Amino acid sequence: MSFRNAPLAVIHDVDKDTLFTPEIRAEIDRHVAKYPPEWKQSAVMPALTLVQDHNGGWLSRELMDQVAAYLDMPEVSVYEVATFYGMYDLEPVGRHKVCVCNSISCMLGGSEELMQHIEHKYNVAPGETTADGKFTFKEFECLGACRHAPAVMVDKTYHECVTPESFDKLIKKLD
Amino acid sequence: MSDKITIEIDGRTCEAAPGEMIITVADREGISIPRFCYHEKLSIAANCRMCLVEAEQGGRPFPKPVPACATPVGDGMKVQTRSRKALDAQRGTMEFLLINHPLDCPICDQGGECELQDVSMGYGEDVSRFTERKRVVKDEDLGPLIATEMTRCIHCTRCVRFGAEIAGVRELGATGRGEDMRIGTFVAHTVAHELSGNIIDLCPVGALTSKPYRFTARAWELTAEPSIAPHDAVGSNIQLHVRNGRVMRVHPRDNEAINETWISDRDRFSYEGLNAASRLTAPMIKGDSGWAETDWQSVLHWVADGLQRVVADSGADQLGWLMAPGSTLEELYLGQKLLRGLGGRNIDSRLRQQDFSGDAADPALPWLGLPIADLEQQRAVLLIGSDIRQEQPLLAHRLRKAALAGAMVGLVNPYRVELTHPSRQLPAAPGRLAAELAAIAKAAGAGGRSSLKGLIATADSGDVHAEIAAALKQAGADGNGLVLLGALAEASPDFGLLKALAYQIADATGCRIGFLPPAANSTGAAFAGALPHRLPGARAVDVPGLDALAQLTEPRKAYVLWGIDPAHDLIDPARAVAALAGADLVVACTAFRTPSLEAVADVLLPISAFAETSGTFVNAAGDWQRFQGAVAPPGDARPGWKLLRVLGNMLELTGFEYASARDIHDALAAQCADRAPDNTPRAEYPVGTTAEAADGTLMRVGNVPIYAVDALVRAAPALQRTPLSAPLHLQLHPADAEALGLQDGDQVEVAQGPARACMPVHVSDDLARGGGRIPAAVPGSGQLGAQIGPIRVAKVSGENDQ
Amino acid sequence: MVKDQNTVCFRTMHLKEKVRHTLDSYLSVGGYGQWKRVLNERPDPATLIEELKLSALRGRGGAGFPTGLKWSFMPRSAPGQKYIVCNSDEGEPGTCKDRDILRWNPHQLIEGMAIAGYCIGATVGYNYIRGEFYEPIARFDEALGEAYAAGLLGRDLLGSGVDFDLYTHLGAGAYICGEETALLESIEGKKGQPRFKPPFPAQAGLYGQPTTINNTESLASVPVILEKGGQWFLDQGRPNNGGPKLFSVTGHVNAPNNFEVPLGTPFWELLEMAGGVKDGKALKAVIPGGSSVPVVPGNIMMNTDMDYDSIAKAGSMLGSGAVIVIAEGTCMVRVLANLAHFYAHESCGQCTPCREGTGWLSRVLHRILHGHGRPSDLDLLDNVAGRIGGRTICALGDAAAMPVQSFLQHYRHEFEHLIEHGRPMEQAA
Repeated sequence: MSFRNAPLAVIHDVDKDTLFTPEIRAEIDRHVAKYPPEWKQSAVMPALTLVQDHNGGWLSRELMDQVAAYLDMPEVSVYEVATFYGMYDLEPVGRHKVCVCNSISCMLGGSEELMQHIEHKYNVAPGETTADGKFTFKEFECLGACRHAPAVMVDKTYHECVTPESFDKLIKKLD
Repeated sequence: MSDKITIEIDGRTCEAAPGEMIITVADREGISIPRFCYHEKLSIAANCRMCLVEAEQGGRPFPKPVPACATPVGDGMKVQTRSRKALDAQRGTMEFLLINHPLDCPICDQGGECELQDVSMGYGEDVSRFTERKRVVKDEDLGPLIATEMTRCIHCTRCVRFGAEIAGVRELGATGRGEDMRIGTFVAHTVAHELSGNIIDLCPVGALTSKPYRFTARAWELTAEPSIAPHDAVGSNIQLHVRNGRVMRVHPRDNEAINETWISDRDRFSYEGLNAASRLTAPMIKGDSGWAETDWQSVLHWVADGLQRVVADSGADQLGWLMAPGSTLEELYLGQKLLRGLGGRNIDSRLRQQDFSGDAADPALPWLGLPIADLEQQRAVLLIGSDIRQEQPLLAHRLRKAALAGAMVGLVNPYRVELTHPSRQLPAAPGRLAAELAAIAKAAGAGGRSSLKGLIATADSGDVHAEIAAALKQAGADGNGLVLLGALAEASPDFGLLKALAYQIADATGCRIGFLPPAANSTGAAFAGALPHRLPGARAVDVPGLDALAQLTEPRKAYVLWGIDPAHDLIDPARAVAALAGADLVVACTAFRTPSLEAVADVLLPISAFAETSGTFVNAAGDWQRFQGAVAPPGDARPGWKLLRVLGNMLELTGFEYASARDIHDALAAQCADRAPDNTPRAEYPVGTTAEAADGTLMRVGNVPIYAVDALVRAAPALQRTPLSAPLHLQLHPADAEALGLQDGDQVEVAQGPARACMPVHVSDDLARGGGRIPAAVPGSGQLGAQIGPIRVAKVSGENDQ
Repeated sequence: MVKDQNTVCFRTMHLKEKVRHTLDSYLSVGGYGQWKRVLNERPDPATLIEELKLSALRGRGGAGFPTGLKWSFMPRSAPGQKYIVCNSDEGEPGTCKDRDILRWNPHQLIEGMAIAGYCIGATVGYNYIRGEFYEPIARFDEALGEAYAAGLLGRDLLGSGVDFDLYTHLGAGAYICGEETALLESIEGKKGQPRFKPPFPAQAGLYGQPTTINNTESLASVPVILEKGGQWFLDQGRPNNGGPKLFSVTGHVNAPNNFEVPLGTPFWELLEMAGGVKDGKALKAVIPGGSSVPVVPGNIMMNTDMDYDSIAKAGSMLGSGAVIVIAEGTCMVRVLANLAHFYAHESCGQCTPCREGTGWLSRVLHRILHGHGRPSDLDLLDNVAGRIGGRTICALGDAAAMPVQSFLQHYRHEFEHLIEHGRPMEQAA
């Protein structure tokens, strides 16, 4: 659905210099500069990613509102984006995110067994965080690493051909 | 593009314009294609997939069914809306829409008028193949006007698009994705927009329904009576849905020239006030032991005697006569006729005006200056003293369309107005408005008459003034520039000066000038002669009577108040109450009992409210729109025109032998046959001095909030619970607050002459420096003085807080 | 064994892994030669587009639309900003080729995008890379830095008066953004919901301006096509199926990998390159073009060549070139349930049939899989899939429908068995 009169810029009654940190603002500005001046909202996805990274991996409503204010967007437009894309988490998460690919090639390569292993061994269902807060277990659709299935993304790193044993080693190394 | 092409829909040859969508052509031809997401006033979404049809172009069929709403026609295109392929596609979509839709039609408010229900009768199956669990969606509280049942939502996104495109405020969105997509605010906040109720009409199912109407009636129990909305000068065409003599709800009627397909929330939900406990249902007379009910016969004799006694003893000039500008044309006409029949001349309906110095120069029949729909075509508009979204929501919508199409909208107002489109705003305290206009006039190259010359020459023109002037000039040269004066200009102590400057700017830029009449029948009052200086047909009076303010500053012995609550409907309530309290006789014809009326009146005569009488409103564009009463007034209340007719007969005045409201209308219309609204001034405006605040005082800015504008709205509970309904407070510019040592939330006493009221402080830089914004016509404001005038502010000390 | 491997997008693969992606490496294989030639000679873009048309390069993202033709739709000389957008939102299950282009040969993509920009009159380009690709994103950004530093991107390049700025735009996890108009919406800072057409992106694309969107592999092929000629590229493959193509061979094979081989290579050869079916099992089925295309039984595949037209004849599509190999003994109900879950999860939610229908399909399939199927379910599935396919704004509806219909066509007996007995005919997955 594309609105007739997008983008709907909304000037928020906020001093932008009080939002985030100077470093995050500079980084968001770097993204904003890629797009036409009236299309600041094009930077909403990288902005949300940045802010999430600096907030322990999740986005609070306040942070989403701040992104809206920083980019002159209606809040609900930011909520729409944040709820649409799978990489944004709107609830607190563990210290790490463990995303296991469940799509066809990985499934044929053993991802179902891997996920069962994770559920039993770490007592955590997809979408949940381990009791010790070490990691949040997420089931992901195709990670695009099908040739070395099954693939697991731990935070920002891909691990391929993951077996239950290699997975355990991987987890052990995390803080 | 005038070149027409020919297409064929279901074998019928249709003419079409290139680029039109199939559905537009089909609608014009009366060929019905089912749809949910498509709405002619909204952008195309093409997401519901209900309007899939089969089409071929140049003998080559499209491989898939195409959405009629998003497929442009081409010459020679052939469309099948009911072929096997088309119907199968439509039935398929219907099945998908129904699988997760609850089977709660028996308890759904939309039942009987549900687009999903209607279409499913034609395209649905009787048995569902879906045996999985249905989706359940949590509801959101969108506030007192709109009820939600989001499990019923079919995700057409009409409401979302309405917010983004029409309202200009994105409150609703579609969050999540796939079958988890949800329509809502995501954070459950109240929707606060003056047109929000339209999403109830737009919602094709029972997901968004009217909260006040909820569970009170079934669509098929209602009869629809056409009417005209009573709260602003748009004259929106509406339907009153009536059951058992009660208005159950209000819907819009399409009228492209006036309200398109929308109505404001004020027009939609004010009907609730008709059933308020404060309605006056029997004539009442004040005796030694307080108020007592009485009968019409005796009370009318008492009133007739009282009026005749005042005339006999003190002269008809001692009669004051004030009528609400939302009264019907028939009431206004008979009211002035009765007073003038008694020999009186002091009648007015301009209740929120304090500077009448321009009366002699004013055009005879001031109006908007152009048809309402033409507002959209303007390329530059200068608004003077108007919070237009609150005053005239649908005119604000038209201006928004113009602005989105690139028009410059400039605003000179005591505070920054929250507009949903780009604008050039010059907030200035009331006494400084003239200086801002002079600066624009200067930038536009206006010389000015001798009296204005100095003001314009010494004005300080900045970039914004120059931009506004340039845009007005350019638009004026093309014949689509406009200078508009609103309610806050009208309430200003230097309204005459503002008008003089407005005309200067209009002259210098070639723009039209227009007035935003404050009420549903302000324009009608001029036609009816309910003014001290005008007779019916807007003919001049030899010796003008006293205007609305003079009637109170030079107190009369007797008053007739028509549809007025002195504490809320007059520009200077404190002074009004004092003058009325000192009179020998106060006759109040009213639909509502209010404390201030009970305090000052001697008799209360119950008259019909909106929807309870037939009558006529003349809107801002000069359209005369007649309507019929849809329900009977409560109790012993009577249509106003009947009361005036009887009273006229009792007073043995001639010309009160009307059999119907229609006769009254026709009599007046005959006198107005050669009269049309015209904004040409009849003389030069006298130029007085500007009303600058003295040292140590601020200028009160007494705007009338959207849901305070008249008695009916004030009695409508749901509207009063919305965020747009403002309680009494003082808004200050941060610099002024600092100078006074005040902070947000502090309690202050505001003094306006002898009048006093306590209220909290809100600090906001929306307000111009030197202003003190205190809403008028809200509870507590009746203790204060003029809507615009000097005030003193003092902090209420801590111990008094207890 | 197939000759002529790794001649186009993978032409840096023979270099040392550590330096393969650098500017120096790319220059060493003749990289940026075509972009420099364009900048120096300023050829008529129409002639370049003609070369591309001759090459019969077809869109490598999945739709297979001729790239040269697509470029020719752009109103090149119309005033106003135009854009070239690269679709690196690789997410079609089974597909992992673009990731390797980004990791191992990012400069060739940059060169391809720059040339494309020149051809269509775009001075600004965006490469939309899926957000999960942290490593490829870093590689691509590094390459952008090198290219800017070398004066190959930016303003007035090599004194030619030609401008071209290229930026990375990051996705954040949504398969649908691989649909070109959803991708544009996403760059515009919105949910990735496909737009209805018309208007097509060449008329009104990114920010309402004329825009061309091509897949990573398509754009990365361009420099080599211009270097060696359209005829050469065409000759690599078959008529109407020009060039080599990357195939991601995954699933039940011994050595899954990406292979750049000529179109028209027999499937059995490709299977052999991937080490044959895992554990010596027999071939049961192949999904030859990414999860969205119809499944083809193994025996048919063994006699099919890997090009657009041959696979179409076999009843499926070449798609993105993701060849998913399924061995004998695999429960096809389970495979289909997995695919159905994917489309239900990735539906954007916009169109009714897809929003409501994909979830319905998935639920019914999982019910069957868990032993609660009913005989009527199979006709229901087939019919519901038929009511989704072809009825939605974008092709995700078709992508969700085609696997269901093809699995039921070829493996109905497995579904019937499971419904009747409550347990699968084949135990493995």
